[in-house]
Amino acid sequence: MKRVYADLHLCIDCDRIEQFSRVASKASKLGYTLIAVPFRKFSEEQIRQMREACDKAGVDFASRVDLRPHTSEELIHFLRKLRRRFEIIAVMCESKSVARQAAKDRRVDLLNFPQPDFRRGFFDAAEAELASNCLASLEVDVKPLLTLEGPARIRLLSSLRQEVATAREFHVPVVISSGVSDDMLMRRPKELAALASLFDLSGVHAHEAVSGNPAVIVKRNREKLGSKFVAPGIRIIRKGRKC
Amino acid sequence: MKVVKRRYLAVSIDSGETVCSRDFMDAVWSSVSRLFGEYGASQAGLSLIDYNEARRLAIIRTGHKTLDMARTALASVTHIGKKPVGLHVLAVSGTIKALHKRLEQRPVS
Repeated sequence: MKRVYADLHLCIDCDRIEQFSRVASKASKLGYTLIAVPFRKFSEEQIRQMREACDKAGVDFASRVDLRPHTSEELIHFLRKLRRRFEIIAVMCESKSVARQAAKDRRVDLLNFPQPDFRRGFFDAAEAELASNCLASLEVDVKPLLTLEGPARIRLLSSLRQEVATAREFHVPVVISSGVSDDMLMRRPKELAALASLFDLSGVHAHEAVSGNPAVIVKRNREKLGSKFVAPGIRIIRKGRKC
Repeated sequence: MKVVKRRYLAVSIDSGETVCSRDFMDAVWSSVSRLFGEYGASQAGLSLIDYNEARRLAIIRTGHKTLDMARTALASVTHIGKKPVGLHVLAVSGTIKALHKRLEQRPVS
């Protein structure tokens, strides 16, 4: 079976559909079969337009929202409001309380830790243990690896190495995304996997991080958002009087 | 005598402008040495085999054991001179002949 390669974090402005179409066709040329773009607000019309653009380009499209809550209460409020509307929910963990709440909430798919400030490394053993009991995966954006240089990149690699080692120790899936807004910074899936070797994620694990792990998240959520889903393991097979 | 296995990489240069072979190799070497140091760069054994400026295609050679290193270094190149570029590995093979065959078999995009 052909591998599904996914980039779940293409930071394209959703209002510029021409730019999105260009990026979608480039993603298809680079070998991706699934892409996701974060939305600022829910708009069915926009999602439909993007799906059409992706269909033309020959890639699958998943809707995503990046939550940046200041408190854990705010996160819970956002999740209640948005979980049924988007296929992927990512939380940008900018404080420890938010990171902890996101890791233990089963409605969160991706935990993203904005990297430039290496002191704010919230993905420690406690966080990983919480995430391993739920469904959250650790998302690593490759963009800072490409744009930073010198000591900043060294510090970034060191913190990523630590985070990925912790994630693997607690069996938390790792997802590698590009996180780019410029199409010139887009890389092929195998190149993303090669870049992951810089923080000691190599071989099979790196390939899973660009294909298997993101595909599982999207498949699980599509099933949940479908009309036949009742609860994990329970779904409607048939309806009507003849049942 | 120990036989060194080699790998040939076809690299496409994604840029709006033309890039000369010298600038291309300078960017690759600089990327390898920034990421892996001079010791790592010396192990990579990179050399430019062929360069087609019009098709924006380069063929470079590296060692079998340092293939991942070369891939990583190529992926991390974002600029050649002041021009923004992206380098993409289109195909990898053990011989130049097989590499050309693979390139021919690729769907035209």
